[in-house]
Amino acid sequence: MSQLLDSYRGLQLGNRWDRAPKWVRSVGLLLVVAFAFYLPFLNILPFAYIRTDLNPTGSDWASVLFLIVVYMIVAVGLNVVIGFAGLLDLGYVGFYALGAYSVALFGSPSSPVVESLQSRFGLADDWAVPFAMCIPIAIAMSLTAGVILGAPTLRLRGDYLAIVTLGFGEIIRITARNLDPITGGAAGITQVPVPPGPEIDGRSFFNTIDAERWYWLALVILIIIIWLARRLEHSRVGRAWLAIREDEDAAAVMGVAGFKFKLWAFAIGASVGGLAGLLFGSKQQYVEPNAFMLNLSFLFVAMVVIGGSGNIVGVLVGAFLLTYLPERFRELQEWRPFAFGVALVLVMVLRPQGLVPSRRRAREFEDRRHEAEEAAADV
Amino acid sequence: MSEQTTHDKGVEVLPDTSDHDAIMLEASGAKGDVLLEVDHVTLRFGGVVALDDVNFQIRRGEILGLIGPNGAGKTTCFNAMTGVYTPTEGTIRFKGQEISGQKSHKINHLGIARTFQNIRLFPEMSALENVMVGCDARHKTSVLGALFRAYRVRPSEEEMPQGGIRRSFAKVFGISRHTLEERAGRRRSMELLRFVGIADRAEELARNLPYGYQRRLEIARALATEPELICLDEPAAGFNPAEKEDLMGLIRRIRDLGHTVLLIEHDMKLVLGVTDRIVVLEFGQKIAEGSPEQVARDPKVIAAYLGEPDDAA
Repeated sequence: MSQLLDSYRGLQLGNRWDRAPKWVRSVGLLLVVAFAFYLPFLNILPFAYIRTDLNPTGSDWASVLFLIVVYMIVAVGLNVVIGFAGLLDLGYVGFYALGAYSVALFGSPSSPVVESLQSRFGLADDWAVPFAMCIPIAIAMSLTAGVILGAPTLRLRGDYLAIVTLGFGEIIRITARNLDPITGGAAGITQVPVPPGPEIDGRSFFNTIDAERWYWLALVILIIIIWLARRLEHSRVGRAWLAIREDEDAAAVMGVAGFKFKLWAFAIGASVGGLAGLLFGSKQQYVEPNAFMLNLSFLFVAMVVIGGSGNIVGVLVGAFLLTYLPERFRELQEWRPFAFGVALVLVMVLRPQGLVPSRRRAREFEDRRHEAEEAAADV
Repeated sequence: MSEQTTHDKGVEVLPDTSDHDAIMLEASGAKGDVLLEVDHVTLRFGGVVALDDVNFQIRRGEILGLIGPNGAGKTTCFNAMTGVYTPTEGTIRFKGQEISGQKSHKINHLGIARTFQNIRLFPEMSALENVMVGCDARHKTSVLGALFRAYRVRPSEEEMPQGGIRRSFAKVFGISRHTLEERAGRRRSMELLRFVGIADRAEELARNLPYGYQRRLEIARALATEPELICLDEPAAGFNPAEKEDLMGLIRRIRDLGHTVLLIEHDMKLVLGVTDRIVVLEFGQKIAEGSPEQVARDPKVIAAYLGEPDDAA
């Protein structure tokens, strides 16, 4: 195993990529993106053979790809919080659920919220808030929740923040389950709207059968979000987050408004989570509280940490592995949690900085290890 | 960060080749005005009185030394001035505005910067990035501005890109304020690194820099926030005589840029050589204040430093 890691390190992929001329990098990036768009048609069976509940015998490759990309969006958003700003958020599923629920509550003609609007203003039975309006609503809801959660809790440091966010994730799910008159309770909400589009073959553009269209939509959103996240990383905001992570007090004395930047990280992460939830809810066309169990939060954090927090490529890899592998090996149903646990432990032991870490994060880990060793030697 | 134990002492520091005009501080008041006023400040931690009715003023354009034996309350005084502690009694006013009890970053925005006795750089950032964090304190780009870069500014002729398409694009749409600030910050940071004499290792990580470079980098980072008052907390700790000589020159040049300097230092030779005025603390109390000559002759100061004949420690 360690030999494998060493030979991988010997490749120096990151350094080579950085040193490559600009045109090589742009062409390489273009090829990767083109390949990603082509993926649904790449039906190499051992790879794409995926049984799902929807499709028990054949392969539902495109749907799995869609889920992978949605989780990649989640991972990129959570990476802003954990990787950039260094805040451990264990309740990220809360924002994901809020995004899904906002499109369901406002976009579905059968949701209690829309029904009350219909009777209040005498609207038709099939009226609902247009999908295009649901997007800003979902983002605004999750962002507001992020600010409301962050404003009091971001003054806490480390473990306390993790505990409070952990509670938040559960609060959202339990509220959704128990607030029957608004959220439909445990039964959930059906008829969640899909994005508008031209009708093809008598079906609407985004439907349950042609999953590759959903995949492409999610992919476009993912690319936009990666682009925006990179902009943040390479600006004064990214520098401020890094400075806060390294030495919060020194950063404050240098004029970095720590609380403000942490709150922004939280709000940005929340809105990205909401957007991912919106995509998920819309594709399912059905939203129910049990889809947002707390273990999803842990899965999200695991994606970021295993992939390499702080590095966008890393968290993409993490999201891919932790979504694809469980789907591919569905037949080993009862062994999955076990395999998952073993994989986590192995990564933590062999590569605590993540599979594809950011260089800075890798060095921070080295430093902390040295400090721990020195401290141990002192005793 | 833990105290460095291996000091590379043979490090040559580059001479100052910076363009002083580019990093000059714009004067916002007349020389000799009271810039900062420590008004009867007392600071207690439980039963310990760290500062006891300390009272002094810093005038614009001077180099004020703050000296005293170990544990006299010098660094505590700094911490009270930069928002780390809030005085139990008394107030601190900067340019007539009360700053005691304000948040550290607010105080920095008002115009006070500091260095730390035990160096506290951002170790995983390059020297240049460390200074750029300081520069960011004066930048106006918001988080949304950095995200969408929608705030466009018509660039001056020097800022115009040279390439054909880029140039026409910039002419029509301007350049985002974020980009302009980022460039300006980078330029200014490089000038500051030249000013303190460590520009040759700008791209290196702060933690890999030799000790003397780290001390100077802290000064550059503090200067980057364009402070009217810069507080140096034992900048010469661990320096050899030649480096101390260099540092004296640097402190004078900082003053010449238009900054007011408050200097905590143990080394009497350095303090007497560079300061205009000195405040002496002992056990949290001010025991003397005056010109270097007066202070050096003051029997109380001599007693504090050398001990009274009968209880020489």
